[in-house]
Amino acid sequence: MIPELGTLALVIALLLASAQAFFGLVGAHRNKLSWMQAVTPAVAGVWVFVSFAFGILTYSFIVHDYSVGYVATNSNNELPLMYRVAAVWGAHEGSLLLWIEILATWALLVAAFSKSLPIAFRARVLGILGMVGVGFGSFTLLTSSPFTRLLPAAAEGADLNPILQDPALAIHPPMLYMGYVGTSVAFAFAVAAMLSGRIDPAWSRWTRPWTVAAWMCLTVGIALGSWWAYYELGWGGWWFWDPVENASFMPWLASTALIHSLAVTEKRGLFKNWTLLLAIFAFSLSLLGTFLVRSGVLVSVHAFASDPSRGMFILGLLLFFIVGSLTLYAIRAPSLKSDGGFELISRESFLLLNNALLVAAACLILVGTLWPLVMDAFNLGKISVGPPYFNMVFLVPTLPLLALVGIGMHAGWRRSALGGKRRTLALIAGGALLVSMVVTLVFYGGFGLPLTVVGFTGALFVMGSALIDPISRWRNKQGISRAALGMAVAHFGVGVFVIGISGVASYKIEKDVSMGPGDSAEIAGYRFNFIGTENVRGPNYDALEARVKITRAGTPVADLTTQKRKFKIQAMPMAHAGIAVAWNRDLFVALGDELGAGKWSMRLQYKPLVRYIWIGAVIVALGGLIATLDRRYRVPRTADALLPADAATDKVS
Amino acid sequence: MWRYLGPAAAFLVLGALFAFALVRIQNGTLDVREIKSPLIGKAAPLFTLPLVTDPKQSFDTRTMAGKAYIVNVWGTWCPACREEHDSLLQLARTTGVPFIGIDWKDDGAMAQQYLAQLGNPYQQVVADADGRIAIDWGVYGAPETFLVSSAGIVLAKHAGALTEAVWAEKFAPLLGTGARQ
Repeated sequence: MIPELGTLALVIALLLASAQAFFGLVGAHRNKLSWMQAVTPAVAGVWVFVSFAFGILTYSFIVHDYSVGYVATNSNNELPLMYRVAAVWGAHEGSLLLWIEILATWALLVAAFSKSLPIAFRARVLGILGMVGVGFGSFTLLTSSPFTRLLPAAAEGADLNPILQDPALAIHPPMLYMGYVGTSVAFAFAVAAMLSGRIDPAWSRWTRPWTVAAWMCLTVGIALGSWWAYYELGWGGWWFWDPVENASFMPWLASTALIHSLAVTEKRGLFKNWTLLLAIFAFSLSLLGTFLVRSGVLVSVHAFASDPSRGMFILGLLLFFIVGSLTLYAIRAPSLKSDGGFELISRESFLLLNNALLVAAACLILVGTLWPLVMDAFNLGKISVGPPYFNMVFLVPTLPLLALVGIGMHAGWRRSALGGKRRTLALIAGGALLVSMVVTLVFYGGFGLPLTVVGFTGALFVMGSALIDPISRWRNKQGISRAALGMAVAHFGVGVFVIGISGVASYKIEKDVSMGPGDSAEIAGYRFNFIGTENVRGPNYDALEARVKITRAGTPVADLTTQKRKFKIQAMPMAHAGIAVAWNRDLFVALGDELGAGKWSMRLQYKPLVRYIWIGAVIVALGGLIATLDRRYRVPRTADALLPADAATDKVS
Repeated sequence: MWRYLGPAAAFLVLGALFAFALVRIQNGTLDVREIKSPLIGKAAPLFTLPLVTDPKQSFDTRTMAGKAYIVNVWGTWCPACREEHDSLLQLARTTGVPFIGIDWKDDGAMAQQYLAQLGNPYQQVVADADGRIAIDWGVYGAPETFLVSSAGIVLAKHAGALTEAVWAEKFAPLLGTGARQ
C-alpha cells in the first residue's frame, strides 16, 4: 500500500507541474494576474508531493520492503542505515527521483527568493521549470518508476553496488545533481527573457546568483567524485576522462563561461547573445550528460543499466528543450543590440577570450567523448579516445587562461587601465617564475615535465594576482564587496588547484611490487614495511587487511592499513586504500591480488601536492558562495531595474 | 534569423546521430560494449610453444592446418577461467572441435596440477610464460577464446567465460559454414 502512495504522489506532482507550466507561461502571455499568482502555490505543491514520494522510497529502503523491485535490487538486510538511505539514489530509477526532487527544490527556492522580480518574468521562469519537471516526471512515471512492485516479494535484497558503499559517494550524487539540475534555473531565466524580449543588466543581475549557486554545487560535486575515485577505486588517479566524468565537466565549463559572460552583460550590457547561448548550452550539456549516462550509448564504469527505449524518451526531451530554446534564440537574437563598445585591451575582451577558450575546451571534450559512438554507429571501427587526447585538448586552451585570469582581473571595463598595477603584476609574474624554478629544483630535484614550471608559475601568478585587491583594500582600510572578494577567492582557488595538478602530474611515483609480511620497498625516500595481514569483518563484507608501516630515514612516518573487501552478496572485491596525509604529499598503499607463496601485489604511491587539487576546488566553490551573498543580489535596486515588456502587471506586483 | 539557427541545426544533427545509434542498439546490430578483435577475418598468428604437460616437447600451430580449432587463453590465477572450465570440458567433448590451450603467464607446475585435478579439455596445452604470444593474439584479459577456421583464419573471438550459450550463439553458426571449408 505504501509504495502505491509514492506513485500517487508522483502523479499528483506531475499534474501540479503541468499547472505550474501552464499558468506560468500562458498566464504571462495573456497577462492574467490571477493565473500568474497561481504559480507559486503550484510550485510549493510540486515540492511537497515529490518530497513525499522521495520520503516513501527512503522509508521502503529503511524498513527493507523487498516487495518494491528497486529496493530488492539495491539493498540488503545487512546494509548499514546510512547506505540504505544513500541507496535511494544508487541506481537509475531512484536517482531520477532525486533529479526531480532537486528540480522541485530549485523551483521552490526561486519562488521564495524572487519576490522582487516582476511577476510576469517570475511566472515565466517558474513555468519553464514546470515544463522541465513535466518532462522528467513523465519520464520517471512512464519508463522508470522506482515504486514498481516485485511480487512475490524477494526474501533478501541483492545489495547495493559495493562501489557505492562509501561516505563520499553517498553525498556526491546529491551535490552533483544540485549543480546539474541547477543549470535549469539559468536556462529558465534565459528562456523567460527571450519570451519577454528583454535582456538587460537587471536580468543579468537576477540570473547571476542562481547561476553561481548551481555552479558552486557542481564544483563541489565533481570534486567529491574525483576524491572518491582517488581513494575508493584504489588506484590513486584523480581524473580519468571517463565519458560520465566528461558529462559532468562539460556543463561545468559552460557554466563557468556563463558566469563570466553574465558579469559583462550586467556591467556593460554586452555579449547578450553569447550569454543566452551559454545559458542554453550549460543546461543542454547537463541534459546530454543525463542522456549519455542513462541511454547506454556509451561505455563507462559509471553508466546505469542501459535501455534503448529510455534513451529514446530522454532524446525526445533533449531535442524538445534544446532545439526549442535555440530556435527561440534564433528568433530573438537579431533584435538584441549591445549597449556600447569596448577596446581591444579591456576587461571585456579578456572575458570574451576566457569564454572562447572555455567553450573551445568543452567542445573538444564533447567531440572526444562522442567520437567512439560516431565511429561505432557507422561501422567505422571500435575506438576509444583516451587521456592523451583529453589532456591535450584541455591543456592547450586552459594554460593561456591562467595568464588571462591573472591579468584580466585587473583590467578596467571599456578600456584597460592596468596603470600602477602593471608593475605589481610584472613583479608577481617574475616572482612566481623564480619561486617555481627554485621549488622544483630544490625540493623535487628537477624541472619535471616540459610544462611543470609553466604550471607552477601560472598557478602562483594567479594566486598572487588574486590577492592584490583584497590586500591593498585591507591596507587602506577600505571595504571590499562580497562579489569582488568572491572573485578573488575563486581565482586564488584556481591557482591552488593548478599547483596540485602540476605537482602530482610531474613528480608522482607509482610502483607495483610483490610483497609478503616482513618485506619492504622504498619510493621517494619512504620505506614501506609490510607488517602482516589480518582478516576483518565489516557489516556486509569480509576483508583482508594489510598493515604497512612507513618510515623515512629510520623515523616512523605513518602506520597504514589497506583492505581488500569481499562483499558477501555481490561477491565483488573492492580495494580500500590506505593513505597517509601531510601538507606536501600523500603516501598511498593499495592491496592487490594474492600472488601465492604468501606474497601480495601492492601498489605504492608517492603523490606530491595531490591534496591541493581538492582543496583548490573547495576554495573555488567557497569563492562562489561568497559572491552569491553579495548585497546587490538581495537589495532590490529600483533605480536601474528596467521595467519588463509587460509593465502593466509589473505595477500590480 | 536564419544565420542564428546554426546552434539549433548542430543539435539536430547530434540528435539524429543519437537516434540512429539507439535504433541500431535496439535492433541488435550495434553493441557498444563489444570489443571486436582486429584479428577477425585475418590469418591466425602462428606459434610454437613448449607443452605444459611436458616442457621438453613443443607444439606448432602449423600442425593444425586444414582443421578448424579453438584457441583458449587461460591461467590458473584467473577465477573466470575456473568458472568456464566445466563448459570447456563439455564443449571439447560434444563439439569435436580441437581445443588448443594457451596457459598465459603462469606457473607450469600449478597448471599441471590444475589440469590433473579438474580435467583437461585441451588437445594440446602450451605455456606462454612471458606472454609474448598472447600479445600477438591481442589478448588483454583471460579468459579469451578464438575460433580459427580450417583455412587458418580467425573467425570469432569471445572475451570472458565461454559457456554453451555463447558457443551456440557465436561459434556454432560459423562452424556450420566457414570453419569446415
